Amino acid sequence: MRHVIDNRVPAHPVPVIRIRRLTKSYGHGDATVHALRGPDDPETGGPAGVGLDIEQGDYVAVMGSSGSGKSTLMNILGCLDVPTSGRYLLDGIDVGHLDEQQLSLVRNRKIGFVFQSFNLIPRTTALAQVELPLAYAGVRTAERRRRAMAALSLVGLAERAGHKPNELSGGQQQRVAVARALVTAPALLLADEPTGNLDSRSTEEVLALIDGLNATGRTVVLITHEDEVARHAKRVLRLVDGQIVDDVRQAPVDGPPPFLYEAEVRA
Amino acid sequence: MILWQTLRFAVGGLAANKVRSALTMLGVLIGVASVILLLAVGNGSSQAVKDSITSLGTNSLTVSAGSAAGGSRATSSVKKLTVADAKALASDGDSSAIKSVAPVVTTSGTALYGNISYSPGSIVGTYPAYFETANQKVAHGEYFTDDDVLGSRKVAVLGATTAKQLFDTEDPVGKKIVLGGTPFTVVGVLQAKGGSGFTDPDDVVIAPLPTVQNAFTGFGPVNQILVQAASADTTTAAQAEITRVLLGTHAIADPSKADFRITNQASLLTARESTTKTFTVLLGAVAAISLLVGGIGITNIMLVTVTERTREIGIRKALGAPRAVILGQFLTESTLLSVIGAGLGVAAGLIGSHFSIVGIKPVVIPESVLGAFGIAVAIGLFFGSYPANRAASLRPIDALRHE
Ligand SMILES: Nc1ncnc2c1ncn2[C@@H]1O[C@H](COP(=O)(O)OP(=O)(O)OP(=O)(O)O)[C@@H](O)[C@H]1O
Ligand SMILES: [Mg+2]
Repeated sequence: MRHVIDNRVPAHPVPVIRIRRLTKSYGHGDATVHALRGPDDPETGGPAGVGLDIEQGDYVAVMGSSGSGKSTLMNILGCLDVPTSGRYLLDGIDVGHLDEQQLSLVRNRKIGFVFQSFNLIPRTTALAQVELPLAYAGVRTAERRRRAMAALSLVGLAERAGHKPNELSGGQQQRVAVARALVTAPALLLADEPTGNLDSRSTEEVLALIDGLNATGRTVVLITHEDEVARHAKRVLRLVDGQIVDDVRQAPVDGPPPFLYEAEVRA
Repeated sequence: MILWQTLRFAVGGLAANKVRSALTMLGVLIGVASVILLLAVGNGSSQAVKDSITSLGTNSLTVSAGSAAGGSRATSSVKKLTVADAKALASDGDSSAIKSVAPVVTTSGTALYGNISYSPGSIVGTYPAYFETANQKVAHGEYFTDDDVLGSRKVAVLGATTAKQLFDTEDPVGKKIVLGGTPFTVVGVLQAKGGSGFTDPDDVVIAPLPTVQNAFTGFGPVNQILVQAASADTTTAAQAEITRVLLGTHAIADPSKADFRITNQASLLTARESTTKTFTVLLGAVAAISLLVGGIGITNIMLVTVTERTREIGIRKALGAPRAVILGQFLTESTLLSVIGAGLGVAAGLIGSHFSIVGIKPVVIPESVLGAFGIAVAIGLFFGSYPANRAASLRPIDALRHE
């Protein structure tokens, strides 16, 4: 028997996110809005689409003025929306070929989402909110409770487990949302302006959580308008009119996130 | 476990809008209760007709004077029915269709017992064959006999109501009552038949024909001749036989000019029974419509709920809720609405059927209870599936952007 042993280490491991020639447009004819367009195609003159790779463990901040297409990009990355054209490979799998059933599995297992407007479910306790993704994953009740409590403790809200959204402050609600996003231990955390509605103290708390998640190897993509927030990222993308015009690396992919690092140095 | 979770979410969803849920359930409740109750009323009235058919006596035919074609003919030409006619029918040798014949005179008067005076609904003079033909059975004492008729004896059989009025708890048999100035000995009391119409069939005094004629009407014509056919199958043959014999005794050649009428009570009531069936079907249709309206109420409320909770659906989908879970949640909610509504409706219908409605005692049809409940639940599923499906097939981003 002959074994072929492949000792070659891939130069680049498969990126968590790989998008190619991705466009998203709304409307028809003259009223068409290209929310994501990329540079103009020299041959056709139309939009060539956005291309982007994000490595495992990276911490990417997406910046840009209002209406530049940040949320549009994020929703496609989170499999909440489908692109008009182009390909999106998540962990090497082409998401465009998945059916609704498989997409809901992807959203449940691979992605954690944090929204600017918290998006907690009304009239539901913090514990139940955090248990929800586990329930959809089919985790048993006792196990679910244990893991949800652990996630709530991580965000420092263990003693608020029985509170409903209308009994929590904005910062606390966002921390519940973070706990909900991390409870399934997804490889990819997507956050659309997670600190947009928070004061500076709550912002610090939420960012510390996200930094911690990245430090443990999670890939994070976060949208923000604030330079303070963007400083936490290892890489900063800048969008203008549906195009990536700027891509700056602030720290290496395989190191700790810059702020966590500085904090350690100071200590 | 997932089922329990879904049920808890559904109850929570309904509890979030208590008044709205209660009103929707009320729609289903009214639908189910009206199906059960209206069908019970229809059933009760046809039951009453059926009972009066059996109490009337099967196979009985009534011959009365008057033209069959209605009142257009001059009454002067109408020959009254006589005892002779009855005798001709009874002695008609070659008829196997006719079993027995009883001429009947009916009159009214006052009965006295001691110092108690009472006017029975009717005083009937007839032959003993009447008892079997009219399905009158003696509960206590005896019938009067052919000998009593031949001897014009002053004996009487009392209906249950009359006996109660005159004698209360006393035993009437052997006692003497005075009818129209003539003393009668009571020989028997009839079984109570129970009334279904306006007249009480138990409020009656039955005595031998010549005795009543002697005391009240005189020996003229009789009011009716009651004929019992040999069996239900021979009523038509008996009817033909009666026509033939009476045309002979009345010397009429043309059957269309007959001066008597034969009515078959049982068939008359069968016709009435089919009318009540139509009535039941109509009531059922009205009830079914109200059930349908209840179902549309569920659809309406579920559509509102879905619209209201579109954002929530979006969040759940973003967290990875599969389509089936969302579908299940809203279907459970709508089914819960219809199950609770239908359950309360069954209770309301059953309670309501204990009261008599417009003089009819409702008789619940067990199938209608199961049917109404089942249909209501099916309606909940069916009408809930449209909004639930709409919720489940929303794209997450569209649901999240909804305001
Ligand atoms: N559902 C939609 N229908 C039509 N146009 C849309 C829709 N969603 C977004 N757009 C358009 O796409 C463009 C990009 O929108 P997007 O929400 O991605 O902006 P953004 O960068 O997130 O802005 P902000 O910082 O204000 O959140 C905008 O011009 C917007 O008007
Ligand atoms: Mg946005």
